[in-house]
Amino acid sequence: MKKIIADKTEITKILKVLAAQIAKANKDLSSLAIVGIQTRGKYLAKQIVELLNATNKTKIPFGFIDTTLYRDDVATTSATRAIKETDLPFEVSDKKIILVDDVLFTGRTVRAALDGIMDFGRPKSIALAVLVDRGNRELPIAPDFVGMTIVTKSIDKVKLEVSELDGADRVILLKD
Amino acid sequence: MEKISGLKSKDLLGIEFLDKSEIELILNTAKPFKNLFTRSIKKVPALRGKTVVNLFYEPSTRTRTSFEIASKRLSADVVSIAVSSSSVVKGESLIDTGKTMEAMKADIIIIRHNLAGAPAILAKNLNASIINAGDGFHEHPSQGLLDAYTMRDKKNKIEGLNVLLVGDILHSRVAKSNIWALSKLGAKVRVAGPPTLIPKGIEKLGVKVFYNIDEALEGVDVVNILRIQLERQQENMFPSIHEYVELYQMNAQRLRMAKPDVLIMHPGPMNRGIEISSEVADSPNAVIREQVTNGIAVRMAILYLLGSKKQNGKTSVLEAAQ
Amino acid sequence: MKTLIKGGRVIDPANNFDKQADVLIEDGKIIAVTKNIKIIADKTIDATNLIVVPGLIDVHTHLREPGREEAETIATGTCAAAKGGFTTVLCMPNTKPALDNAPAVEFILLKAQKEGLVNVHPIGCITRGSAGEELAEIGVLKKAGVVAISDDGSPVSNSLVMRRALEYAKMFKLPVIAHCEDKNLAKNGVMNEGFISTLLGLRGIPPQAEEIMVSRDVMLAQLTGGHLHVAHISTAGSVDIVRQAKKKKINVTAETCPHYFSLTDEAVKGYSTSTKMNPPLRTAVDVAAIKAGLADGTIDCIASDHAPHTREEKSREFDLAPFGIIGLETMLSLSLMYLVDKKILSLKQLIAKFTANPAKIFALTDRGSLSKGKRADITIIDPSKVFVANSFISKSSNSPYLGKKLKGVAAYTIVGGKIVWSHKEGIIY
Repeated sequence: MKKIIADKTEITKILKVLAAQIAKANKDLSSLAIVGIQTRGKYLAKQIVELLNATNKTKIPFGFIDTTLYRDDVATTSATRAIKETDLPFEVSDKKIILVDDVLFTGRTVRAALDGIMDFGRPKSIALAVLVDRGNRELPIAPDFVGMTIVTKSIDKVKLEVSELDGADRVILLKD
Repeated sequence: MEKISGLKSKDLLGIEFLDKSEIELILNTAKPFKNLFTRSIKKVPALRGKTVVNLFYEPSTRTRTSFEIASKRLSADVVSIAVSSSSVVKGESLIDTGKTMEAMKADIIIIRHNLAGAPAILAKNLNASIINAGDGFHEHPSQGLLDAYTMRDKKNKIEGLNVLLVGDILHSRVAKSNIWALSKLGAKVRVAGPPTLIPKGIEKLGVKVFYNIDEALEGVDVVNILRIQLERQQENMFPSIHEYVELYQMNAQRLRMAKPDVLIMHPGPMNRGIEISSEVADSPNAVIREQVTNGIAVRMAILYLLGSKKQNGKTSVLEAAQ
Repeated sequence: MKTLIKGGRVIDPANNFDKQADVLIEDGKIIAVTKNIKIIADKTIDATNLIVVPGLIDVHTHLREPGREEAETIATGTCAAAKGGFTTVLCMPNTKPALDNAPAVEFILLKAQKEGLVNVHPIGCITRGSAGEELAEIGVLKKAGVVAISDDGSPVSNSLVMRRALEYAKMFKLPVIAHCEDKNLAKNGVMNEGFISTLLGLRGIPPQAEEIMVSRDVMLAQLTGGHLHVAHISTAGSVDIVRQAKKKKINVTAETCPHYFSLTDEAVKGYSTSTKMNPPLRTAVDVAAIKAGLADGTIDCIASDHAPHTREEKSREFDLAPFGIIGLETMLSLSLMYLVDKKILSLKQLIAKFTANPAKIFALTDRGSLSKGKRADITIIDPSKVFVANSFISKSSNSPYLGKKLKGVAAYTIVGGKIVWSHKEGIIY
């Protein structure tokens, strides 16, 4: 069973709210950096940084990180994963990083992203912003900024689709 | 996360056994690893906990060091063993040595050996992943792959490139691996050398044979210069180094016969003044040092692709620990 | 003791005989070969649907004893021969010590008498220690019992020495079996030189390394009038040279081995040392020429060149493993499958290669046919029995046919009237 739980309009509204919340929580926007988690977190992060910079007339830097090489299941899965680009075009040690991901689930991807960022330097802080929190955490990871919270079973699938890759902007819930 | 089909075999014995998509996978995987080198922490935890053994029956500094660094940058544990030539003939058999490594739970064994077929013996008898770092005159796949990577990186393509290999093709495993990789990727390969150093039937691999290097250089995009070994003179393969230099040395004058943006490559170590002149080695066309950098990225890609998949249903350390 | 072999198809090429018949043997000799022998025998063998032939002869075997008993002994080697259907084997002199002196030859004969399951005849050395320099005491060796001389394993590189050998051996009517190999051309080679050796990165032995020496030895045979027997022919060029030599009525005979008509150098892919032998596996063109040479009589015999090596010796890097494969237990099947089934030879033509021809070439006058009074050496073949070559009676198992499905077995092997092998019961001591 497939259900669209957020369409393009709703996503855009959520991102505006998230950007406002981030701005409100951080008086000094000049020390921020927005980092999206590959793949689709990158597209959300780009939109958030554009919203922040437009509203506040800032030049907050934007980067993205691929977590493939930091995954905790590299040795156990039989699948090989394509390694995508990582680009953090700023000095990590100066920044309060807002990590952006599309769907927060077990927390393992965020854990891997944290390790990846740490390999670049020692950021002042890292906060987490997610479009959807679907619960079922397996690690003690909690988001600081949440777009929407839903209750799911582990076997359900929650996916963000973006027009650049999938032809449409929406969040899909696939129940068994 | 996108899943992609990885390498089909648990081993990398030769480019002969890879198909085009596997070669491209390795080259594409090498790119992000090369980007790693610009970071201050040039390390990722991808192969943490894996054990890599370098089993070198032939002395080698470059290849061994390259594989060691590649393994360490993936956070694997590396051990290098240099086996002396006397223990090959008198000591432990190759299979026994391999099985000893396996008993120590080596996940990947990288073997360089002076006799063709040695990596195949290990691959057949062990569950570990075997990487051929050069076996006799057979193949040196990681070199062939890093050479292909370098060409693709510099020329933005491989298909349709005119590539010339010069030197002792008969005894060169680097040449063989280059020929396999380049022909599978659609390049047009030429070899140049004296008839005594061109192997029988090489044309069957789609290669054009030249005895005259000046003819061979016309319209060439890449020249890969192979080392000449002095023993070959004793075997009457050519009469003297002096004559070889006269007929085949890649020098400044010959450089001008190729395209102006021709790439000059060499697997190293170079015999300056013999197969390559210092002028050419130090010219802007030469990408020899980049080959070395690319070598680490390509070897990281190979290690990652072989090391990050479950081997033949054997459980990994992580699974066993749970 | 009377033994009757009933109801088989009897093929005796020496007597041009090929029909349903019974064979009666008594006290180790052949008494009669005719239809419907009605006699009360002590033992009757039912040969319905089987082929009854004179005991097969293998003219080229290495029994390794004395000196390399860990690989094979006269006892185990002759058991392997019996299983393969062979009632006589000629064993090569490259033992340790070599068979270049009378006591060594006598040792072989005594050991064979005591422990051998089939007839064993030694081949003596051409030169002392097979070093290729000084003639061995060929007359003494003949008196001690050799049926031929050879330095097999090595060529006689010095043409003058080979000339002398052919000349000298003439007076004893001993065939000089030549291992034809130009050692300089073949230097360091471990397989056939060709596209496959390039692919595999292994040094090759060009066919000319064999052909140059075949050519030389044939010319020396012409010069001297001696009897040249070319061992293990493997190339198209060699077959041609022998064919032309026979046309010129030069006293030359030749043998080939089953691997030269059943495998090519493609088999070496994968580096299995069970595909490493000397001369090496050649190309499809050579295989075709070998078959043609067998069909037109250029090649007289099929021999095994049975060369046992221990597992340790063969479990090595390809370059380091010794040359040689075993062959006694697979030779008959391979010959039936690749020559008779493929209509290269008729059954009668094939059997001649193992019976009439070797008996004539090596003057084994009391066997090689089923004439009355000949030795009761008989092989009874079941040409349709399929089996998988999973294990060997030989002490060694260095065979490229290990694990392969083969067709055609020796149902019974009879030596001097006594059954020494039956497919059902195995070795019978």
